[in-house]
Amino acid sequence: MRAVEASGLRGRGGSGFPTARKMSAVAQGGRRPVVVANGTEGEPASAKDKLLLQSAPHLVLDGMVLAAEAVGARRAIICVEETARRAWLSVEAAIDERRAIGLDPIGIELAASPSGYVVGEESALVHWLNGGPAKPTFVPPRPFEKGVGGRPTLVQNVETLAHLALLARFGPDWFREIGTPGHTGSTLITMSGEVARPGVYEIAPGTSIAHTIASSGGAADDVRAVLVGGYAGRWLDAEHSLRLGLSDDQLRPVGASLGAGVVVVLSRRGCGLAETTRIARYLAGESSGQCGPCVNGLAAIARALDQVHRGEGGPDTLATLQRWATDVAGRGACHHPDGAARMVASALEVFSADVDWHGRHRRCWAEPVRPDLVSSAPPRSR
Amino acid sequence: MMETAGRRRNMRLVVNPITCEGHGLCAELLPEWVRLDDWGYPIVNPDPVPPELKDHARRAVAACPTLALLVRLD
Repeated sequence: MRAVEASGLRGRGGSGFPTARKMSAVAQGGRRPVVVANGTEGEPASAKDKLLLQSAPHLVLDGMVLAAEAVGARRAIICVEETARRAWLSVEAAIDERRAIGLDPIGIELAASPSGYVVGEESALVHWLNGGPAKPTFVPPRPFEKGVGGRPTLVQNVETLAHLALLARFGPDWFREIGTPGHTGSTLITMSGEVARPGVYEIAPGTSIAHTIASSGGAADDVRAVLVGGYAGRWLDAEHSLRLGLSDDQLRPVGASLGAGVVVVLSRRGCGLAETTRIARYLAGESSGQCGPCVNGLAAIARALDQVHRGEGGPDTLATLQRWATDVAGRGACHHPDGAARMVASALEVFSADVDWHGRHRRCWAEPVRPDLVSSAPPRSR
Repeated sequence: MMETAGRRRNMRLVVNPITCEGHGLCAELLPEWVRLDDWGYPIVNPDPVPPELKDHARRAVAACPTLALLVRLD
């Protein structure tokens, strides 16, 4: 646990919480803890967890067992979406291999979790493991206090556990050799949108957005904007952001974070409003349907955005949209409405010229034949 | 929830958004601290409730039909 702290490892699931702090909270919980490897990947623009599970399952399982030993857990569960067939089969085979040679001091359970955007949220996953629906619960108590079976539960993203396995092998100094002071270790990112070779890449945090786009084959046309952090992330305009480094400490000053490691590239051929409307509609549909502000707010925001996109929004539609985005933030049991609101607010800023244009011409100018930049199908793993 | 005797603690109001059904009684009983959004769900001031509003706040908490309005002491 000291090595984890020295390494500066932070969670790779989206929130970037310091892993060592979570581990020590769980270890001090009083009861014997449970370790949960979170392999659910509801974010449509992300594919790195599935790829990791598919191609390096033992690394993740090593990390789980190490984490279990460090916090004193005897129970370890890995959750993989039942629809992620190849990842699932790969993990299952790896668990069988380990069991056959008696490799681990504890048994590893494999749970086939449902798919969905908020399923991977910690409290939702724990709720489901406890026999409830895979929906977020009202916290506190948080999973680290009271999780699976009422025990303190360490929920870690599978990439985080893979890093843990590597840093146990090579040490915290080795881990820190790559990255930035605030974002140590390499990181997996999923590049998608209008780049020549969309897919999963391992980068050094701090690598500029421009360089990362170039590494993935370059953009189809002049880059207009990038969506960083996923559907609940933030749009950044190309002019001011292409030289920014992809690390949480360098993105924080512009109000962004790498989230679960997602970068979507929009070229000048695309329409930011069209993409944002599509994402907002998706996010509204993925509300778990429990909290009024999320259920009503996200649906209303998506409808209003659609109006603006079709050039049918009145002069006050924009003001209403901004007010709703402020109003719904922080008012759900989980952070789903906050992320959606942040993404929409950033779009209204970055694509303000599009908003004007659509209002004046009452239509969208984007090429209708172009395949959707953002879709519910994750980019193919490379 | 009662305040610990002899020790002044901050009283804050929080909403359990899962159980809240937007009845709106809280905003009616405590308009100084709670307003409703466009769909009738409460937006609660996150600051500590000032002393002169504490009794009203407790009344609003007790009146919530779904027990979604809660007092948190810190």
